[in-house]
Amino acid sequence: MAIESVGAQQPARVAFYNNPKFRSVAYQVVLCALVVLAIYAAVSNALDNLQRAHVASGLGFWNQAAGFDISQTLIEYSASVSTYGTAFWVGLLNTLLVGALGIVLATILGFTIGISRLSKNWLLSKVATTYVETIRNIPLLLQLLFWYNAVLKALPDIRDSHKFMGSYLNNRGLFVPEPLRDPGLGWVEAAFAIGIVASLGFYYWARKRQMETGQQAPVALVSLVLVIGLPLVIFFVLGMPLHFDAPQLGRFNLTGGLALQPEFVALLLGLSVYTAAFIAEVVRAGIRAVSHGQTEAAYSLGLRSGPTLRLIIVPQAMRVIVPPLTSQYLNLIKNSSLAVAVGYPDLVQVFTGTVLNQTGQAVEVVAITMLVYLFISLVTSLLMNIYNSRVKLVER
Amino acid sequence: MTMSEGDLAVAELRFIRTETLEQQPPPSSLTGPIGWARENLFSSPFNIVLTILIGLLVLWIIPDLLRFMFFDAVWTGADRDACLESVQNRTIGACWPFVWERLPYFIYGSYPIPERWRVDIFFVLLAVGVAWLLWLNAPRRDIGVVYSFVVLPIVSFILLHGFEAIGLPVVDTVYWGGVLVTMVVASVGIAFSLPIGILLALGRRSNMPTVKLFSVVFIEFVRGVPLITVLFMASVMLPLFVPEELSPNKLLRALIGIAMFSSAYMAEVVRAGLAAIPKGQFEGAMAVGLGYWQMMRLIVLPQALKITIPNIVNTFIGMFKDTSLVFIVGIFDLLRTIEVSRIDPKWATPVTSTTGYLVAALFYLVFCYGMSRYARMTEARLGKADRR
Repeated sequence: MAIESVGAQQPARVAFYNNPKFRSVAYQVVLCALVVLAIYAAVSNALDNLQRAHVASGLGFWNQAAGFDISQTLIEYSASVSTYGTAFWVGLLNTLLVGALGIVLATILGFTIGISRLSKNWLLSKVATTYVETIRNIPLLLQLLFWYNAVLKALPDIRDSHKFMGSYLNNRGLFVPEPLRDPGLGWVEAAFAIGIVASLGFYYWARKRQMETGQQAPVALVSLVLVIGLPLVIFFVLGMPLHFDAPQLGRFNLTGGLALQPEFVALLLGLSVYTAAFIAEVVRAGIRAVSHGQTEAAYSLGLRSGPTLRLIIVPQAMRVIVPPLTSQYLNLIKNSSLAVAVGYPDLVQVFTGTVLNQTGQAVEVVAITMLVYLFISLVTSLLMNIYNSRVKLVER
Repeated sequence: MTMSEGDLAVAELRFIRTETLEQQPPPSSLTGPIGWARENLFSSPFNIVLTILIGLLVLWIIPDLLRFMFFDAVWTGADRDACLESVQNRTIGACWPFVWERLPYFIYGSYPIPERWRVDIFFVLLAVGVAWLLWLNAPRRDIGVVYSFVVLPIVSFILLHGFEAIGLPVVDTVYWGGVLVTMVVASVGIAFSLPIGILLALGRRSNMPTVKLFSVVFIEFVRGVPLITVLFMASVMLPLFVPEELSPNKLLRALIGIAMFSSAYMAEVVRAGLAAIPKGQFEGAMAVGLGYWQMMRLIVLPQALKITIPNIVNTFIGMFKDTSLVFIVGIFDLLRTIEVSRIDPKWATPVTSTTGYLVAALFYLVFCYGMSRYARMTEARLGKADRR
């Protein structure tokens, strides 16, 4: 029974191509070579093709006169003098406008429907479920086309406009009274800002006092008075320094007022309705993720249902809700690029559409558009990561 | 004192029940339809108001919808006159003869009429592949995978595009359209996204820094931009990047865009599945001497993919809906054929658009809802398998 000492043996010689380290390096070198080769081929082909097509390259077009009109502009823009660069900013601002308004509307609608789906009221929860299942399973593009072509374009023309509360709705859009500032409105705005700052201060003071003494302060009421009440009082004291410019129905068109174009309304409606269905699912999952034991524990500590919801359920549900909610917001902003289908002048329609067609500089234009969206996405995920690390469960 | 009071009470008893009563049914106000309604519809004043309001809303929408789809709908007719209110002198709902007449166009696009049997065979082959993969108890699902991911793409290409040598005339992709294109785009997206997505997910978890870097850059880049810009990139930039003679046709460009986009999303879904596999599984596989690919193929991926099936199907649903975006780069998918037909002067009436969109909505609704039911069913089934 000779037992050889195994540990003392030399390790078996491994061929160098079986060595994991060598393999890893080799794979990476091959991959890098392939990528570099692909990029080289693409760039040289692109240069060839561009030269053949006599297309300029570089960002020189940025300062050239654009020469086309844009139907909705938030900043100064005119076809004759403005540059492609200005057109880019106009498009970007339009994207951000519809994105921001869409996020607000979709959040309100989505939370309402998400909570409705959990309601004990059978009819309400069934209606909410039907909404979610229908809207989620129909492509957004189809919904946008429906809103635009079948609903808004089918509205009566200007002479037969629907009238309500001084607004007109017809196939040229929604015309609402435009609020106009009178001198003195600045004081109301200042009061509003002061109200926000003061109520934040009161909130921190109240929290500190509660931590120290256990006494609660009516934060909600005081904030309401400061933020809404104070500006209102000043508003009335100064004699209501705000008037509305109502749209006037002329013979062939509407003058004055604020015109919301059907493209904008269709895009906003479509995006909000579609995203709301997804937000509803996020909200429902978030609320259901808080176990019922939390509610029972809160009740047994003597909290009533209001504070239970506010202090126990919502903070825990938000931790589950916020990350997917953010990705829904990002989806909404990315989906706003479907504006091109209904002709709303967003970034993609103005820049990747018209500017690309006029200049022919596909590479630069598409790359800039992609970088803009990428920038928005990356900044949002960065903020998201910060939020996540703040609300993460602290485990011992 | 209390004692005597108690004695008195006992003494005064005149009747004691000796047998138990039959159990009474609960009061009728708590059972049956009335009880159900009290419990689920009218439990509090707030709920009563809510029920009435929602009920009114439903009563407002449903009859209108039924009227549009059935009672006021036009069922026969030769052209737009049949669906015009001014001609017919009544309210008009959906214009179904428009759909009947255009149905072949919605399904095949401009595919030559004598060759349309090829498309029908493609639909059947596709249905077989999908059923084989989705039916979890189907026989020989390994052959099903080979069939769906290898045989089906090749056969479909030969069938749809044509192959002169075996007597199938070539049909250029510009003639493809309608449901055919929607299905082709969706199945190419699905067939490519799964393998590429798995590779990207593995790359993202790799120990090799360059592999990881390239995977992360690709995934985050594609996920950070809208699909439209990816499609624009594929349709206007791609032709620049390849030699002129190799320039891919329009449909192929869109397919490349869709495949890129969906692989990046699939990669994240698969990565979540990989992250859920306990480290012990990897270590166990390595301890029995399996190499990297053996470990992935035999131990890790089967488990990871199994738990991600619901999410994979949900990604497919998103992808199926997203195929409608090829519309924007000029491909004639279902939505585009409807968009073209609804403004055709022969049928253009105020109700034509809505009718066309309704058809498209029903098509997508049936497929997507079916897929989501399947995902939920699989989820429940997997849950059952785990609950021992």
